[in-house]
Amino acid sequence: MSGKTPMEKTFQGIGVSPGVARGTIYVFSVADEVVPEYDVKPDDVAKEITRFEQALIATRQQLHELQQRIATGIGSNAPTSILDVHLSLTEDPALIDQVTSRLESEKKNVEFIFHDVARKYVKTMQELQDEFFRERSIDVQDVNRRILSNLLGREQRALTQLPANTIVVANDLAPSDTSALDRTHVIGFATDVGSHTSHTAIMARSMNLPAVVGLHDASQHLHDGQIAILDGYSGTLIVEPSEQTLYVYGQLEVKRHSLEERLATLRDLPAETLDGHRVAVSGNIELPADVPALTRVGAEGIGLFRTEFLFLDREELPDEEEQYRAYLEVARLVQPHAVIIRTLDLGGDKLPAGDRIPSESNPFLGLRGIRYCLANPEVFQTQLRAILRASTAGNIRIMYPMISGVAEVIQANELLEQVKFDLRQEGAAFHEEVEVGAMIEVPSAALTAEMIASEVDFFSIGSNDLIQYTMAVDRVNERVANLYEPTHPAILRLIRGCVESAHNNGIWVGVCGEIAGDPIYVPLLVGMGVDELSVGAASLPRIKEVIRRLTYREAQEVAAASLHTNNGRDVLAMLNALLQRIDPDLLS
Amino acid sequence: MTIFRKTSDAATGKLVTKEVTVINKLGIHARPAALFVKVASKFDSSILVEKEGEQINGKSIMGLMMLAAGLGSKLKLIAEGRDADEAVAELEKLFLRKFDEE
Repeated sequence: MSGKTPMEKTFQGIGVSPGVARGTIYVFSVADEVVPEYDVKPDDVAKEITRFEQALIATRQQLHELQQRIATGIGSNAPTSILDVHLSLTEDPALIDQVTSRLESEKKNVEFIFHDVARKYVKTMQELQDEFFRERSIDVQDVNRRILSNLLGREQRALTQLPANTIVVANDLAPSDTSALDRTHVIGFATDVGSHTSHTAIMARSMNLPAVVGLHDASQHLHDGQIAILDGYSGTLIVEPSEQTLYVYGQLEVKRHSLEERLATLRDLPAETLDGHRVAVSGNIELPADVPALTRVGAEGIGLFRTEFLFLDREELPDEEEQYRAYLEVARLVQPHAVIIRTLDLGGDKLPAGDRIPSESNPFLGLRGIRYCLANPEVFQTQLRAILRASTAGNIRIMYPMISGVAEVIQANELLEQVKFDLRQEGAAFHEEVEVGAMIEVPSAALTAEMIASEVDFFSIGSNDLIQYTMAVDRVNERVANLYEPTHPAILRLIRGCVESAHNNGIWVGVCGEIAGDPIYVPLLVGMGVDELSVGAASLPRIKEVIRRLTYREAQEVAAASLHTNNGRDVLAMLNALLQRIDPDLLS
Repeated sequence: MTIFRKTSDAATGKLVTKEVTVINKLGIHARPAALFVKVASKFDSSILVEKEGEQINGKSIMGLMMLAAGLGSKLKLIAEGRDADEAVAELEKLFLRKFDEE
């Protein structure tokens, strides 16, 4: 021990998944590295040039390997691929000349000079007026990072093997970073950027682990092995906590523990209002491994199984057999309840393996969800076959994402019928009456819900995207995130319209977005007539608690009043007051 | 094998220039730039690309991307060296073929 007492330091962010974790920090970094700067002897300049040359060769080899791997994957039919661009960047004569001439004149280490030259290029590109050209600086940064890693002799870090009790700290975590995450040893997540609805937040809630986002530049000030407390309630990350802090947290833990214990007693009780209105509360999962956490809190099945995690970060598509096993495993685990399997929702921020390069100028308005599936029927039908074959126990439901109108539902159902026909021909067993639902997350679908309702057995409102598309707000853009308002009159009207259309057609409607898992919105959703709420394991007991302390009558009243309120802030204040009255402990 | 290319024998050759217009919809973004560099690098001649008085090395993908030459941009190709004629002719074809993008 050094004998020096480390200083406690607190970073404030936004708590996006509840819980407190005490553990050891692991900094996952794909962002800019800290680059050393030192002088070299005139005689050693040649050595630096050789190191540069070797790093470029190594980078090119890595890119070639990557290109070969991708060639076997999907979506690599571009005549000149983005990897050609990357390769070309590693042999750019202007860049190489600048680095070598500066090496000779300044006599500094090559990583410092390279980093400086590359940074200036990126900066110039980022200042271009045309957004489309400006965005290409991502490719330049990507290649520069590879070259720099090779110069520094550092390997890309992975999250596949972590020490016990690890708090993962990163600038940001993408689905591709976390698809191979070591789930047994991670106890919390802290990121510099993000919001309540970013990938880190959703993943943490589904894993029932605390998470704090929006910590600005915390990841740059932290290093592996530091002891920290991560508080997902208050949104703080406390590094090298003092004895005093540890004591305070010990006390808080006792208090929270008693709330958790109270909530734990609800496990086997129904989500029923005081006046006997029943709501189903189910869970959202990404992987079969997420099921036990939901079973422990008494989820009534799975309201959303995001299947794309089977597809991400791999070289080839999972075949029918692999998918079948995953779906069957979940179906068995959740019995006697049901699981809603959402068909492939790739695109936008979650592109398929090897195709994570932004090839669309606006991917959120691009080929994603059902659009991708209808454009790639062989991929879609393989998945449908696997789902149907796993459906023999009768507790699997199918849901199509990103539906924008009834025509897509009809087309998807036709493909489903074709698969059923084939299976019958082959004599393969499946559940004939498998229920099919449409995800309502595009405003055009919400506005035509009446028409869609006649083609499906249920609706599931994907509130995150519905809000984002309706409000024209990118939910991860910190500058406009404040406009992302679940209580906006437009959103309330769309949800109300969906519920009415569903009930008029005798089908049920669920909500599987983040608002379903936030106690504050629950009375509103229940009051509007939503039949099912599907949430992450961490939120589930709280949601049940709210429902059990509420009367359906007051929920209906608050919903009616909300629909007559002309701004979202007043609605939120009303909901806040209601929750304050029925269970103030849940407000924190 | 080295990946540091030697400079061209520009001084011994002739100078050829040609005005071209960008007619592919997305302009000279990353992929067309990579294609341009690939073709330009086959020639010994030095190749410059000029846009609105700004000149960059036509064998540098970063330079090309930084020109931000969008649809309708007028560029001047300047090749100097013994194979300058062929270089300009082949590069011009890329523009006419819309960089195989459409």
